[in-house]
Amino acid sequence: MRITFTANGKPVEADDVWEGESLLYVLRERVGLPGSKNACEQGECGSCTVYLDGTPVCSCLVAAGQVQDREVRTVEGLAEENGELGLVQQAFIDAGAVQCGFCTPGLLVQTDALLDRDDQPSDNDIREALSGNLCRCTGYEKIMDAVRLASARKCAGKGVSE
Amino acid sequence: MSTRTIQGQKNLQNINQASKDGIGGSPLRPDGTLKVKGEFAYSSDMWHEDMLWGMALRSPHPRANILSVDISEALKLPGVYAVLTHQDIPGSKFYGLEIQDQPALAIDKVRYHGEAIALVAADHPETARRAVKKIKVEYEVLTPIVTEEQCLDPETHGYVHEPHEFKSHGYGNICHEQKLVSGLGVTDEVRALADVVISGDYEVGMQDQAFLGPESGLAVPAEDGGIDLYIATQWLHVDRQQMAPVLGLPEEKVRLTLAGVGGAFGGREDISMQIHACLLAQHTGKPVKIVYARDESFYGHVHRHPAKMHYEHGVTRDGKLVFADCRIVLDGGAYASASPAVVGNAASLGHGPYVIPNVKMHAIALYSNNPSCGAMRGFGAVQAAFGYESQMDKLAEALGMDPVEFRQLNAMAEGDHMPTGQQIDSPAPVAELLQRVKDMPLPPPLDLDNLDIRAVPGALSNTSHGEGIVRGVGYSVGIKNVGFSEGFDDYSTARVRLEVIGGEPVAMVHTAMAEVGQGGVTVHAQIARTELGVEQVTIHPANTEVGSAGSTSASRQTYMTGGAVKLAAEAVKQALITKGRRRYGWTQNDIDLVAGKVVSESAGVLVSMVDLLGDEAIDLTREHHHRPTVPFDKETGQGFGHVQYTFCANRAVVDVDVELGLVKVVELTAVQDVGKALNPLSVVGQIQGGCTQALGLAVMEEIIVKDGKVRNASFTDYLIPTILDTPPIPVEILELPDPNAPYGLRGVGEAPTVSATPSIVAAIRQATGIALTRIPVRPEHLTGTL
Repeated sequence: MRITFTANGKPVEADDVWEGESLLYVLRERVGLPGSKNACEQGECGSCTVYLDGTPVCSCLVAAGQVQDREVRTVEGLAEENGELGLVQQAFIDAGAVQCGFCTPGLLVQTDALLDRDDQPSDNDIREALSGNLCRCTGYEKIMDAVRLASARKCAGKGVSE
Repeated sequence: MSTRTIQGQKNLQNINQASKDGIGGSPLRPDGTLKVKGEFAYSSDMWHEDMLWGMALRSPHPRANILSVDISEALKLPGVYAVLTHQDIPGSKFYGLEIQDQPALAIDKVRYHGEAIALVAADHPETARRAVKKIKVEYEVLTPIVTEEQCLDPETHGYVHEPHEFKSHGYGNICHEQKLVSGLGVTDEVRALADVVISGDYEVGMQDQAFLGPESGLAVPAEDGGIDLYIATQWLHVDRQQMAPVLGLPEEKVRLTLAGVGGAFGGREDISMQIHACLLAQHTGKPVKIVYARDESFYGHVHRHPAKMHYEHGVTRDGKLVFADCRIVLDGGAYASASPAVVGNAASLGHGPYVIPNVKMHAIALYSNNPSCGAMRGFGAVQAAFGYESQMDKLAEALGMDPVEFRQLNAMAEGDHMPTGQQIDSPAPVAELLQRVKDMPLPPPLDLDNLDIRAVPGALSNTSHGEGIVRGVGYSVGIKNVGFSEGFDDYSTARVRLEVIGGEPVAMVHTAMAEVGQGGVTVHAQIARTELGVEQVTIHPANTEVGSAGSTSASRQTYMTGGAVKLAAEAVKQALITKGRRRYGWTQNDIDLVAGKVVSESAGVLVSMVDLLGDEAIDLTREHHHRPTVPFDKETGQGFGHVQYTFCANRAVVDVDVELGLVKVVELTAVQDVGKALNPLSVVGQIQGGCTQALGLAVMEEIIVKDGKVRNASFTDYLIPTILDTPPIPVEILELPDPNAPYGLRGVGEAPTVSATPSIVAAIRQATGIALTRIPVRPEHLTGTL
């Protein structure tokens, strides 16, 4: 089948898609967006997390056909329009939250969504929001630091005191 | 000269400062930007025009004879390019890290659940999956040899490898064994010297590395008949060494380039899909990509050895250890992998960082029809630490002593001897680490009036609002060796090139080091900055064009390849200074490279590096060998077997829901001596990550194997700690330099994984009063429902 959808603001089209393919497979293998990662492909690890019409989902659990005419935003779409790193991306680098980096794309999307909902989350809010994203390298401490840093920068940018 | 000198002295104040991004700083990772943009190319992201997808057929049985394999139906499927069995292998059919006992594809029999039997290459992964299902294999299913008793009675239960097959240092179904005796050993006379004798049996389950990036890579056949492989691994050169004979190629025609690695933790030390992808590429003449799904990853790599251990310790009434006796049985599974080294570590480190005058030890690894076990972070030492630290708590309790004070009373220090007879010849601050971890502030008690259920056992499952929750605190300390041991020369190679690019001196560092997330690439650039006085450093992709860097394992990579980068950079520096001496006739003995300039302490700036280098590049390669070690004596275990030792102490605070058996680790504190923190941010990240894998082993992680069959090959059923399961991990670093090591550094990655698990179990014991002897601790162990 052919599917057409919007990826990071641009229209994309994929032909000869087998009906059993996931959105993750189409992104990675057919439309040149391999940033979303394939760690478990059963919705347990969160490393394939993308926005689908503004809601974070595990793209491995979304059938390719389900995204027809819909909007997908991946880790490749988190940078600013001028190409500079987004606030959450920069915070992950600065805090040392990236080691092997395989979990990073999913965590970035999930953190972006969290700070959109609540730009001053408590530690327990952060842990709850990120509990579907496995990381095997960091022990999560630097990820907590990164989210706190992104939150502080976001609030500072808006003139909100911490 | 004089003019330059005066000018130099003026400038020296600005330039005497070493680069803040040199060693001891925490510059950001050079690959960080690509990783947060989703543009870092991991091995599973590899893509090639016309590439095929490879897939393996794996055995559903742990032990069976293969009567026939019929590939005809699979070959008929449109889109299938090749179906291969062992008969299609052009070269040697066996490979292995230490013992070449593993067939690249099963020959006439399978020895574990998940062993690869045949390979398919097809134009779509789903086509490959369907073709795999169409391969017909006729099995004669045999009763698997899975328990210690079965393994040790081969006359009754059979051999995993027939006696005429691969012989290691063992016999029958014993893959490897190591004995050790020191002092008077452990005899009735020695036992009589002790006032209190405590024994215990302990068991460790099979842990998985569970790296997130699945085994994957892309094999591309080359015009010269060779092959190029883009691969996630821990050691490019040892992969090649195992691959080339099977592919029937000389090593130089097997070229490996490191693709992005999504974690490793020992699980990539062995071959997984490397040979399979190359065989398919050779056969089809097309590029072949293999990416394991998560279940296949569980079948496709080795795990941490499960262990059964018996310990006996004797102490005097005033708390001094008199003797220790131990037997450790490690299940190595079907193939040897790293089992011999795991046994060596268990035997030599299995009595912990304590001074014990009389010691006996017997460690063995079995061949069985269980999944193969090999390298995982801290191997051999992790299993033993659970045993000896459990014993330390029991001894302290029996003596009515504080568990930390009891450990401190027996702690080894610099100058003491290991049970192997090896003297500890660099700092071993075991007692100090324990003191520091004990002195760190405790977290506040559970605030029942303002309870956030996300912070209690059961968390979002809403299982408790504070009722039935008891707190416990536990301590532990552990010891790990750094680098390869027992006479192995695991040298590292580094090439450093210095030249002027864009009007600036730029250093390039080229090694074959596998960056698996640990941050070695960051550290290499830091070393080059410090040694060469440059700011700009580029890291060449890791490949087999340069000499071996050894494995990214055994906490060795900064020590060994970092050391090689240091040697190569020092050689480049000397070559540059010699060039200057020849050109300018410098006679000073205090010449250094700082901030892009050649400077003399006494004479100031001599010349800029740009002017001195001109169009010339200085490009030198050096090998770094650690001091030699020797194999342990087979019977006595004596010998200077290890390069370096590393120590970590932990304190765990847990809340236990004693009614439901749920555990929440509230805080896990670590204090570790790292000799010198080349990159403090990365060092802390390593310690926190290592502690978290130890937490997994303590309370969550186990591959369930029943009658040789893996029952939980998925992240749904094999649980690794989430961010909700993981507590704050405060870390304190000590920097006591090791005079034998580059910059005085001490390997970091494994010690916390060795030491943290027992502290968590100790804390649970304190909270519940239950004598826990098996890890991971499960709810049924705590509620008495087992």
